[in-house]
Amino acid sequence: MTNVLGKIKEVAGDIHQKILKKKQPSMTFPLRILNNVKYDPKKGFFELLGKNKIRTLSVNTVKTFAQTLRMMAISKDLIASDDMATKREVYYVSKNWGDARFMEQPESDLVMDDIEAMFMVNREQLGFSADEHGGDVAGELVVIDKNPDTKKVIKIDCTKFGSGAYSIPTSVEHLEFETKAKFILAIETKGMFERLNRHNYWKKAHCILVSMGGVPSRACRRFIRKLADEKKLPVYVFSDGDPYGWASIYRTLKVGSGNAAHINEFFCVPQARFLGITAQDINDYKLPTHPLKDVDLKKIKDLFKNDPFIQSHKEWSKELKLLEQMGKRAEQQALAAHGLNFVTEKYLPQKLKHPEKFLP
Amino acid sequence: MAVQKKLTEISSSKKDAKKEEAKEPVKELIKAEELAKKQREISVAEFFAKNRHLLGFDNPRKALLTTAKEAVDNSLDACEEMRIPPDIIVMISPLDGKEASVADRFLVSIEDNGPGIVKAQVPRIFAKLLYGSKFHTMKQSRGQQGIGISAAGMYGQLTTGKPVKITTRISSKKPAMYYELHLDTQKNEPEILKEEETKWEKDHGTRVSIELEARYVKGRQSVDEYLKQTAISNPHANFIYFSPESQKIDFPRATKDLPIEPKEIRPHPYGVELGVLIKMLRNTKTRNLQAFLKQDFSRISPKVAKEICLKAGLAETSRPSRIAAQEVDKLFKAINETKIMAPPTNCLAPMGEEIILKGMKKEIKAEFYAAATRPPAVYRGNPFQIEAGIAYGGELPAEELVRVVRFANRVPLLYQQSACATYKSILENNWRNYSVSQSKGALPTGPIVIMVHMASVWVPFTSESKEAIAHYPEIIKEMKLALQECGRQLSVFLSRRRKAEHEAKKKSYIETYLPHIGIALKDILSLKEDETKKVEKHLKDILEKHRGEP
Repeated sequence: MTNVLGKIKEVAGDIHQKILKKKQPSMTFPLRILNNVKYDPKKGFFELLGKNKIRTLSVNTVKTFAQTLRMMAISKDLIASDDMATKREVYYVSKNWGDARFMEQPESDLVMDDIEAMFMVNREQLGFSADEHGGDVAGELVVIDKNPDTKKVIKIDCTKFGSGAYSIPTSVEHLEFETKAKFILAIETKGMFERLNRHNYWKKAHCILVSMGGVPSRACRRFIRKLADEKKLPVYVFSDGDPYGWASIYRTLKVGSGNAAHINEFFCVPQARFLGITAQDINDYKLPTHPLKDVDLKKIKDLFKNDPFIQSHKEWSKELKLLEQMGKRAEQQALAAHGLNFVTEKYLPQKLKHPEKFLP
Repeated sequence: MAVQKKLTEISSSKKDAKKEEAKEPVKELIKAEELAKKQREISVAEFFAKNRHLLGFDNPRKALLTTAKEAVDNSLDACEEMRIPPDIIVMISPLDGKEASVADRFLVSIEDNGPGIVKAQVPRIFAKLLYGSKFHTMKQSRGQQGIGISAAGMYGQLTTGKPVKITTRISSKKPAMYYELHLDTQKNEPEILKEEETKWEKDHGTRVSIELEARYVKGRQSVDEYLKQTAISNPHANFIYFSPESQKIDFPRATKDLPIEPKEIRPHPYGVELGVLIKMLRNTKTRNLQAFLKQDFSRISPKVAKEICLKAGLAETSRPSRIAAQEVDKLFKAINETKIMAPPTNCLAPMGEEIILKGMKKEIKAEFYAAATRPPAVYRGNPFQIEAGIAYGGELPAEELVRVVRFANRVPLLYQQSACATYKSILENNWRNYSVSQSKGALPTGPIVIMVHMASVWVPFTSESKEAIAHYPEIIKEMKLALQECGRQLSVFLSRRRKAEHEAKKKSYIETYLPHIGIALKDILSLKEDETKKVEKHLKDILEKHRGEP
């Protein structure tokens, strides 16, 4: 772990010195947008380009400048006392700041992301944690954790949650795993996850099921990555057949996002491959569809223009073009049109026979 | 005016008919004369009684306003003519013991400190239609046709049967006189019911009281609003208003300076219509055409007169009355084909920017005022002058359409706003240029009162009841230019204010957030109290120095 405490003091010290010299202090952050990332399929994740934004103290920036410094002060206290605060808690702490307080949580989240990027660290290293749900796990996996109080080792058997599931904690670095599964299946929706879990599909296919619940949280991404790396497991992704499922969910899991580019290296799953639903699936399985909405079409255009991941994989460009032509999208649960068990008995087994056909 | 015109046309066509008939066989003549007799029986007063809407007595609410308005206009004109700063008391009380909101009969009394009226004139002024000093002159004044106050009196008489009551005194050396008058609607002649000396505390002045059927409704078209607007356009006058709800409302005088007295001018040839030209030819005191043109019109030199005669193919020595009957068409055409200098403009008495501002500041609580007086211009031979004013902000409602306040020769126009040239010119201006919001085809929105005043020897109204100014392109153009001048001033004010607000916001911004930088640095670097103070002081200097930079 890098010395975050030292870095905070260093930045604050620089600002202090500038002020004493009656010069305008400033802070430098890497730009957290798709424009400022590059994608090298060999490395497998979005990397930052060198573009920075410099926040110089002025009348227009004084509020954010003050808020950033005050949040750094919180971080310093948290690290010093080895404590953690959730994003929501930090937002509420700011309510003591009088006029400098945040009005809505997105404002405080943004400042937190800025600080993360400034120090090129993960928010947990700053003493902050996400409020978001980490994801659910079921299947042939034993997670080795420790009791937070007694530090005694706990073995959690993910086959023993019945119709429920193991919930990924916000911090996963200390976890260890035991498994004989053949692959990890990362699923977009909770609904599909439950269907597979109810039928003990993991037993049949010898796999680990993970429900991402939409765009995967950092903890979920890190959990899958750690598990896949340590146990050398392939990761297959099963999402809706639409631009959101492909680019926002699958792409973020695999290579990270523009917003968190400074930490993508650790919070991505480069080995992930896309199982479905593909545009071809919609045709092959005659799935019921919905027409593409304006936002979908706009997203497709945007992806071609701005997303380095789509740009560097011809397969994905082709797939998006096909979908655009069809003007349709299909949800993963549309498979139920052919019977509730169609997904476990036909679709997944057929797909899994040819993992080489999965999209990159 | 149009009523008057119609009426004169009726009578002149009668005469024409007679003359032309004279050449016809005797039998026809008798028929025509019988017809003419019948026609004469339609008296002016009867005509009006049947067409009361033409003069602003369409409904009981409007009748109350029109009555008060005619009396106040007369009082103001009379005072100004004698150069007396007007002190006018308006008293309106509900009758029959009813509340103001439900009463259907009112007593309207208007009292002024004007010159008073000489004995011989009183009955005719108040109880004979079309009797007045103003119709025959080309001079800017409030009243134009001498129909207003006697029409109000007649309306009262028609609806309540009660006479008009007048008290008047012309000097402290003479006794005050009290009259009760009726109007004989058949003959259009006054009937004096009572005439006696009376005691009055005033040295000079006039009070007229009319009892009439009416309704009192508050709002944009009420007597209250009329008086308020009159106070804006006449800041030299002092009004005391006892409202129907027995409230006393003062509209104090804001300036001692009376408006400059407008000069009387002869009509300009371009503004004369064929019918009027015939009348002028017939009534002229001059003996030949050249003299008629030269003396009865403005801006006709001997040379221009000669040119007109030549174009018309008429001898300069022709008798005007003969031309009236036979060759008037040619003359009329020739006049309009000849280039004639624009009319003199010393007949106009605009309010002036200073007075507009005084008037608005007195009655409208706003933050910013602008005014513009345009140079005189001419439409159809009539000189006129446009002025505009804008009041912005303060207590004015921010989310509503702007209020338009219209004046013609200082008289507020309360009805038919959207038919008025002022409305059209406001609509056609692009107010967004001045940072005022405006939807397409609508009045602008904002805390604004827009005032437009037209001063002219002859204000062209769209209807007889003098409610909306006609859409002459020359008039609309001038109105737009005046509005644009005000708009530009408003725009400067608004941008200055925005800048000042921005500055103030920045300053408070700095003061609000700087301490937090101090606190954060103190927390992180464990600074001491005096070190923190130093940081804050330095920060303030830095930001003040770099104010305005991004």
